[in-house]
Amino acid sequence: MKVTLTVNGTEYARDVEPRLLLIHLLRDELGLTGSHWGCDTSNCGACVVWLDDTPVKSCTVLAVMADGRRVLTVEGLANGASLDPVQQGFAQCHGLQCGFCTPGMMLTARWLLNNNPHPSPYQVREAISGQVCRCTGYENIVKAVLWAAEYEAAEHGAAEHGAGG
Amino acid sequence: MTGPGVAGQETGAYGAIPRKEDARFVRGQGTFVDDISLPGMLHGAILRSPLAHARIISVDASAALAHPKVEAVLTGADLAGRGLAWMPTLSADVQAVLATDKVRFQGQEVAFVVAQDRYAARDALELIAVEYEPLPPVIDARTALAEDAPLVRDDLAGRADNRVFDWNAGDKTATDAVFATAEVTVGCDMVYPRSHPAPLETCGIVAASDAVTGRLTVWSTSQAPHAHRTLYSVITGLPEHKIRIVSPDLGGGFGSKVPVYPGYLCAIVASMVTGRPVKWVEDRSENLMSTAFARDYHMHGEIAATADGRILGVRARVLADHGAFNATAQPTKYPAGFFHIFTGSYDLQAAFCEVTGVYTNKAPGGVAYSCSFRVTEAVYLVERLVDLLARELEMDPAQLRMRNLLRPEQFPYTCPTGWQYDSGDYPRALALAMDLAGYQELRREQAERRGRGEYMGIGISFFTEGVGAGPRAHMDILGLGMADGADLRVHPTGKVVLAVSVQTQGQGHETTFAQLVAHELGLTPDDVEVVHGDTDRTPFGLGTYGSRSTPVSGAAAVLAARKVRDRARLVAAAMLELSPDDLDWLDGKWRVRGDPDRGAGIAEIAMAAHSSLELPDGVEGHLDASAVYNPPNLTFPFGAYICVTDVDPGTGEVTVRRFIAVDDCGVRINPMIVEGQVHRGLADGIGMALMQAIAFDENGNCLGGSFMDYLLPTALECPSPELGATVTPSPHHPVGAKGIGESATVGSPPAVVNSVVDALAPFGVRHADMPLTPANVWRAIQGRPVRPDLAVS
Amino acid sequence: MQVPAQVEYERAGSVEHALTLLARYGPAARVLAGGHSLIPMMKLRLAQPEVLIDINGITDLCYINLTGTQLRIGTLTRHAQLLESSVAGEHFAILHDAERVIADPIVRNWGTVGGSLCQADPSEDLSAAFAAMKGTMIIHGPDGSREVSAREFHAGPYETVVGSSELLTEIRLPIRPGGGSGYRKVSRRAGDWPVVAAGAALLLDGDVITDAGIGLTAVGATHFAAAEAEGFLRGRTATPQTLARAGQIAAENCRPVSDQRGPADYKRHLACELTTRVLGVAVARARGLTT
Ligand SMILES: Cc1cc2nc3c(=O)[nH]c(=O)nc-3n(C[C@H](O)[C@H](O)[C@H](O)COP(=O)(O)OP(=O)(O)OC[C@H]3O[C@@H](n4cnc5c(N)ncnc54)[C@H](O)[C@@H]3O)c2cc1C
Ligand code: FES
Ligand code: FES
Repeated sequence: MKVTLTVNGTEYARDVEPRLLLIHLLRDELGLTGSHWGCDTSNCGACVVWLDDTPVKSCTVLAVMADGRRVLTVEGLANGASLDPVQQGFAQCHGLQCGFCTPGMMLTARWLLNNNPHPSPYQVREAISGQVCRCTGYENIVKAVLWAAEYEAAEHGAAEHGAGG
Repeated sequence: MTGPGVAGQETGAYGAIPRKEDARFVRGQGTFVDDISLPGMLHGAILRSPLAHARIISVDASAALAHPKVEAVLTGADLAGRGLAWMPTLSADVQAVLATDKVRFQGQEVAFVVAQDRYAARDALELIAVEYEPLPPVIDARTALAEDAPLVRDDLAGRADNRVFDWNAGDKTATDAVFATAEVTVGCDMVYPRSHPAPLETCGIVAASDAVTGRLTVWSTSQAPHAHRTLYSVITGLPEHKIRIVSPDLGGGFGSKVPVYPGYLCAIVASMVTGRPVKWVEDRSENLMSTAFARDYHMHGEIAATADGRILGVRARVLADHGAFNATAQPTKYPAGFFHIFTGSYDLQAAFCEVTGVYTNKAPGGVAYSCSFRVTEAVYLVERLVDLLARELEMDPAQLRMRNLLRPEQFPYTCPTGWQYDSGDYPRALALAMDLAGYQELRREQAERRGRGEYMGIGISFFTEGVGAGPRAHMDILGLGMADGADLRVHPTGKVVLAVSVQTQGQGHETTFAQLVAHELGLTPDDVEVVHGDTDRTPFGLGTYGSRSTPVSGAAAVLAARKVRDRARLVAAAMLELSPDDLDWLDGKWRVRGDPDRGAGIAEIAMAAHSSLELPDGVEGHLDASAVYNPPNLTFPFGAYICVTDVDPGTGEVTVRRFIAVDDCGVRINPMIVEGQVHRGLADGIGMALMQAIAFDENGNCLGGSFMDYLLPTALECPSPELGATVTPSPHHPVGAKGIGESATVGSPPAVVNSVVDALAPFGVRHADMPLTPANVWRAIQGRPVRPDLAVS
Repeated sequence: MQVPAQVEYERAGSVEHALTLLARYGPAARVLAGGHSLIPMMKLRLAQPEVLIDINGITDLCYINLTGTQLRIGTLTRHAQLLESSVAGEHFAILHDAERVIADPIVRNWGTVGGSLCQADPSEDLSAAFAAMKGTMIIHGPDGSREVSAREFHAGPYETVVGSSELLTEIRLPIRPGGGSGYRKVSRRAGDWPVVAAGAALLLDGDVITDAGIGLTAVGATHFAAAEAEGFLRGRTATPQTLARAGQIAAENCRPVSDQRGPADYKRHLACELTTRVLGVAVARARGLTT
């Protein structure tokens, strides 16, 4: 079945089995291996990408359901050479260790900040509560997101960041 | 207290610098095993046993082979034909690669399908017909040695029961004597339930066998690539120099990526059979149901003391559930790992423990999950016992600990079971933790809340770990001594490449090791590139687990750097036309004594060492050096943790309100990374204490085979930790560092459990087994606790 | 690797189109809404439909409207939209209480209200919430539409009265003055399914309870409701004793089973405890004492 979608601003068309999961389309067909998978039961969030304007668990969406839609993955977060403040925050605050959960965490963080530029630590924790990190104990992920919020508050006009895709 | 190489030394490149590895990870440019794709690559999938114990009558793969996308199917019989149906485990037992005679746990590997894509491989599993004759399973470890228990390992000649080993440590007679005369003794049964490290990335491999060159290249999730290379060579008979193991970026490991798993061997054989690269990546249920579990210790502990609270001795009897194969990964001499460090952080007269390992129809494993080779179980036991004693004596548990902690002047201290603790200042760490927590104020608040019918708990744990295995004379795995090498190449411009045998799974070796070397050579961490995880490019060593990277491999890196520095001195002397004795290493340069503005740094010296400069006799050119570090002893990190919980007795819900953690891991090379390690371990402790456990029903069905059933803590269960540090350098480590990778995982579970039990004290609760789910807390209050290892009924 | 078995896929552009497709493929077809129950089951091969009929394109099934005396929720409304809807929260605090603890924010972005109800998982949260609110469901079929009470919607675990050629399109909730509601769930961890959860919606006239709705999930309550406790409350004064007694009655009349979330006796205890607590919340909200 034909599926056409826009990933990180680039349009792709592929002929796929209807059962193909979006995460596998991204990783195996499009070679965008930044998004990971970590479970069979939609619990871990390693696979989170944006579908249109919201993050979803791409292991729980069929590729054909994304037909005609926009997808944003970690590969599309940076604006060319300049990292998204969320990416910078993760590096600044040691918000990652193995880096496996990181793409999904950052995509959720970007969404959170777009909707709530000044989240409380609790709101950050709530936003990422469907995503597992086995390395950081979450503390520095929270700090990373708050770092990005502060950075953007200082920079202003950050609302446009990463909202493409 | 100071150690060699520490006293008065400037911090140099040490410090909380951001990690070098993050640049690729935040861009999604890490390379994990499943990201690797080779031309012509095939995909493997494993058919697993649905039954815990059954005889295999037949395996018919013909329908699967007829699937248009299937290239091959391997069965136990196929592997037997190659002598590969069984493989050695890291504990010198054997484990079935693909079952031939019986299946011995639910999820055991039965057949391996190789197909053109993952979806087809998964489909083909349903086309394999296996006929089983069900056998009664051994599920409850406590009945595994009963006379009528079914025999799990009838494959082992002469084996009449399910006993794996009997082992003990300490002085039984002396300990019994202490207990016989002690004024107070307290005992308790406790279970450290089976759990799973569950790194976010499951295990996987891409195996590429080249029939022409005879080379086998393996990309796999391996914490110990060199050990794996040796093992593959031993198992398959391939010459070791024809095998290359690459461990790319690992999405966590925590011990679960130390062993060699059947799936790896299947992929290797499949690549040989098909002549094409074969990828196999576990799904999550395979990961949870078949690869290295952790813990599963059924313990009875006792503590003896005087009436005024002087602890005299501890003793323990342990039943260790090892599952169907004894595949624990630990130094060979220690079948119960380092459990006999269960004397903890206290000044005792005597201790004795005995451990019996049993086979059951469950997945193999046991030593995994940041446990420091079973120090986890030991610390849990003794820290629960101390709290039980405090309750018995009606003493404050902090005061009781303070009273009995080893004093700084007692180090180096040899504990009753023989460990020699290298250094410590325990009272200082506990005092700091109590200070950070506002301990007295918390106790006041607790009393006040209790008056209002609110239940808050304060739990303490004080732990000592022994890490950095280990001295080669005592410690080996399958005969491979636990020493690690480091190679340092100094390029003419003074840029350095360090190649190490250990393998990061997120610990930040590329940064910490660069800092270690930069510090020794007066460079910046950016001048040092760290290479790891590729056996063709790195020296031999046993890998990363048991918090051994910095203690062992870090030491090797430092020694190699010091060799470079020593050689650089000779070269610098030649450059400056002075005697080496006229030079001092100061502020990162060799400087002329009395004229410190004159001198040379590593970059200039390196260029000279590669140049036409005439070197003195006996001085080789270049500056490269290598070292192998054989640690003289373990290092002994320690810490004091305080956990504050709130318990809702009407629902059994537990909220972790605060977690205060003071760690002493000796010298901190990158404090940011150290703290990150602690954060992780505290989350582990909350997970294990409150939710992570794998139980089995009476038929041996695994009840924790997915992330819906095996719960991991989320950001909402983990509080924002409050950390503190003391620094007591290790006297024998070249820079005074101890390991930190597992401290918090080891130390935090008893703090949480002590806290919850403390909250429930008004209900008369003395002990409650993990996991303290709402249901288990409520049942504990009712005085009807649930066995955490069996199905809830 | 857990991946779905092969399946055909059709995209429905309208309710009529969906009904036509359902009629064409018969029982071999399954409606695909958010897919957050169906796709995980397909991955584990616990569900193997032959055809999926994707209704995500029927955007006019995605709405939350206030119409005089009713709140109307389109079946394709995502959990997140319900949680964000101030009109829903204003009239039914129970909805926001429940949505806040259903799954996690990412799942809530795609999982739908109608999908939750149609999944009919015996631990579903919204089923209990709608039972408490005594909502009704609008079902479209080849012969037009019908309205079914929430109390008749579920036919058993994983079974509803929605036929294989029918489509749930809307949920209607009656808005009545003097009401207060709440929802309370105990789970082992954020994002986990409930061990037990209870919802309550009360109507008060002064201190007298004129109508009561109690929903219970994960305890085998018939139609996710505690009818006996509701009957007990009707006409009584809302005292702590009355509410506690209602909790007991609710607990006596449910049929929890033991599993790894907890033993049956604990779940029965929770049915009582949570019903009592949530009734207290509903009373306080009806009186305007809390939000
Ligand atoms: C990780 C995770 C955690 C979760 N936790 C919770 C929780 O705590 N509490 C809770 O209540 N739920 C929970 N859920 C379930 C989640 O709320 C539901 O999966 C989801 O909302 C179902 O909606 P859906 O749109 O995804 O349904 P789908 O998966 O698309 O459909 C479910 C079923 O309903 C049928 N169906 C859907 N829409 C219609 C319709 N309009 N007409 C007829 N039939 C229809 C489908 O054919 C299918 O059989 C969780 C899910 C996940 C993945
Ligand atoms: S892979 Fe775990 S939620 Fe998608
Ligand atoms: S950084 Fe390893 S899982 Fe989050």
